[in-house]
Amino acid sequence: MSSFQRLSATAACALALVGLAGSPAAAQPAADHQYTSADIEAGSRLYANQCTLCHGPNGDAVNGIDLRRGIFRRSVSDDDLSRVITTGIAAAGMPGFKFQPTELTAVLAFIRAGFDPSGTAVKVGNPDRGKTLFAGKGSCATCHRVSGTGPRSAPDLSDVGAIRTPSALQRSLLDPTSAMLPINRPVRAVTKDGRTIRGRRLNEDTYTVQLLDDQERLVSLTKSDLRTYELGKTSPMPSASKSLSADEVADLVAYLLTLKGL
Amino acid sequence: MKRTTLAGLVAVVAVIGSLSVHAQNNGLVTYDRILKAAAEPANWLSYKGTYSSQRYSTLAQVTPANVKTLESKWVLQNQVFGAWQANPIVVDGIMYLTERPNDVMAVDAKTGRMFWLYRWTPSPDSRVCCGANNRGVAILGDTLFMGTLDGHLIALDARNGKPLWNVTVADVKLAYSITLAPLIIKDKVVVGVGGGEFGIRGFIAAFDPKTGKEAWRFNAIPGPGEKGHDTWKDDHWKSGGGSVWVTGSYDPDLNLTYWGIGNPGPDWNPFQRPGDNLYTDSVVALDADTGELKWHFQFTPNDGYDYDSVQVPVLADINFRGTPTKVMMWANRNGYFYVLDRRTGKFLVGEPFVKVNWSSGLDPNGRPIPTRQPAGMPTYPGNQGGTNWYPPSFSPRTGLFYFSAWENYGTIYRPEESTYQPGRNFSGGGFTVVTPVPGAPSVGIGRRGPINNWTDEVGNGAVMAMDPQTGKAKWKATQFDVTDGGMLTTASDLLFTGGREGYFHALDARTGELLWKASLGGQIVMAPVTFQVDGKQYVSVISGSALFTFGLRDN
Repeated sequence: MSSFQRLSATAACALALVGLAGSPAAAQPAADHQYTSADIEAGSRLYANQCTLCHGPNGDAVNGIDLRRGIFRRSVSDDDLSRVITTGIAAAGMPGFKFQPTELTAVLAFIRAGFDPSGTAVKVGNPDRGKTLFAGKGSCATCHRVSGTGPRSAPDLSDVGAIRTPSALQRSLLDPTSAMLPINRPVRAVTKDGRTIRGRRLNEDTYTVQLLDDQERLVSLTKSDLRTYELGKTSPMPSASKSLSADEVADLVAYLLTLKGL
Repeated sequence: MKRTTLAGLVAVVAVIGSLSVHAQNNGLVTYDRILKAAAEPANWLSYKGTYSSQRYSTLAQVTPANVKTLESKWVLQNQVFGAWQANPIVVDGIMYLTERPNDVMAVDAKTGRMFWLYRWTPSPDSRVCCGANNRGVAILGDTLFMGTLDGHLIALDARNGKPLWNVTVADVKLAYSITLAPLIIKDKVVVGVGGGEFGIRGFIAAFDPKTGKEAWRFNAIPGPGEKGHDTWKDDHWKSGGGSVWVTGSYDPDLNLTYWGIGNPGPDWNPFQRPGDNLYTDSVVALDADTGELKWHFQFTPNDGYDYDSVQVPVLADINFRGTPTKVMMWANRNGYFYVLDRRTGKFLVGEPFVKVNWSSGLDPNGRPIPTRQPAGMPTYPGNQGGTNWYPPSFSPRTGLFYFSAWENYGTIYRPEESTYQPGRNFSGGGFTVVTPVPGAPSVGIGRRGPINNWTDEVGNGAVMAMDPQTGKAKWKATQFDVTDGGMLTTASDLLFTGGREGYFHALDARTGELLWKASLGGQIVMAPVTFQVDGKQYVSVISGSALFTFGLRDN
């Protein structure tokens, strides 16, 4: 077998991961930081009966709001959403709804699951506490950069709240390796003249790879110049499950969701 | 003064010399020329070059030894964006090509300068699933033929681009379209219709090149009284799909024309339309004079995966396991590579070329043994298939069949009941691409941008060289991204192809070794063509929104 490029580390890695990726997002077991699939299911029925008239079947019928995608006018946390649902917004013509606590939980679960009854809904805590955790106990700022501050070795999170869902953020915090996007896999390359380059992958094609190296330089490598080209399968990021409580994770998720970029 | 006159004289002589070569056939493309297209490799007279669709040229100026000196001779920039899937044709130094939605251009094949541009604006009612594509024109005499996005067939004067006639082939309000390049057979222009995601009832039809009057029609979905109708229950045949959006082939000795038929409708819900659903996902062999069905072979009965059999049927006369045989070779979207006897449609070879789990194998007649995956589990190959419309090539010198494959690419299907509404989407659910992480970027129709953040973990591309004797790959050359590149082979055993990454490659057709490449920057979603003008061989390929023409460096 001939190949355009004879370095097969990537291909082997791909095979292993594609094999694992088969299991669908089936009903999730309840965890501290998640709503249950029963909540989401119940929420879908409540939403259809109570909310669809104004917010529409896709949650985007009110200007500036897309409930399914987590875009709200004012609310950030689940508490904010609960308050709006319960008291309403008179000026905007939204009435208050007299839900039982379990019903309220269900509607939140459905919204946080992205309107997918088979999806995952995560709890979203307090963003201010989350910001403190980000810089402090969570040690996130040691590697991640936000709005021009911090190192670039891990992905810049300035707009992560606009591009990732709450469940994806939570997954990244709790299980960084299984949540790592393939493009972010750490690179270790050794040139034919013996230089070792480490960094984070930005782009790749059949013949070349572009990365940000550990000195924060933009580097483009030609694969045929390399003796070794390896992609790490493990994320360098530690799991927050050991260092943070479920509520703290929810707070961090809340903070990350406020990062919408410019 | 004297010198000027001399120079002028030399110039005039040179122009006449050049003109006489161009004018040798007076630009007229008779049926006899199309029939014997392989004997005039300086031209590329139809979508696939020749009736056998081998995309093999006997031109051999460019060789493995000198291919490294290929250089860009001219570039035709275009202002229209989106996948440019068209294949140019080249006639006596003039290149005719189309661009989306329905522009036709006549270009000097040596300089890239344009003679004329014809622009048809399709009806705003036009509906296509996958882009406003057009794959090219056909020529007969000095008339060009183009199918349009809104279901018209238009004849143009090849000298000035003015329309000669314009007929409606099918109703745009019912989402019929024409995206393929027409096929000329004798005194007929043959086209098929697109619309497989909108509940059309597909067909192939032949037209009089002088008037546009319909000569015959083959219904890809048989109605009451037509053979194969019993493979449909109730009224499902009325919206049964069976689109035809890639040009067929022709065997003049057998007088049979072969066409691949698209997916049944609705795409992803086979439970809604029980039965084999003929002639979807089949190859049909039609009498070229009457359109009468002579035989068919169905690759994927009751398809639930959108495995259109809209690939180019590649014909060759080979010594098959010791017996001279008229074969048809076919790498199918369903992940199997087939060899059929094209006289009868008899199944000779069928082997998977990528991971296949919708079927556990083929029975002795080539019928797949279905192994539908449980709900929510991935199916391989995925929705875009193990391969797709990308034109393949067969080299009689190497005896190998070359095509682009997508490896390790799977999708999870979600069948749903669909209600047919005229002209509306009728797809029967949806699908998601299997990714290593939920919600991660993935591949689809067309490249998503210049930064590959989906990576080869959602699938990778490969050029495969299949041995029709065994159905196994002799070699393969992998690419990081998936590829929609078509193939071109030459008598110097070069294989030209491109991919989504914008690289244009020349490989050794015998070994797959990379001999030369050019980074053109835009996705290559067509097949390169080669031709000769004034004794010099050129190779043209479209990348992104530009057509590049290469030739050997002048000494």
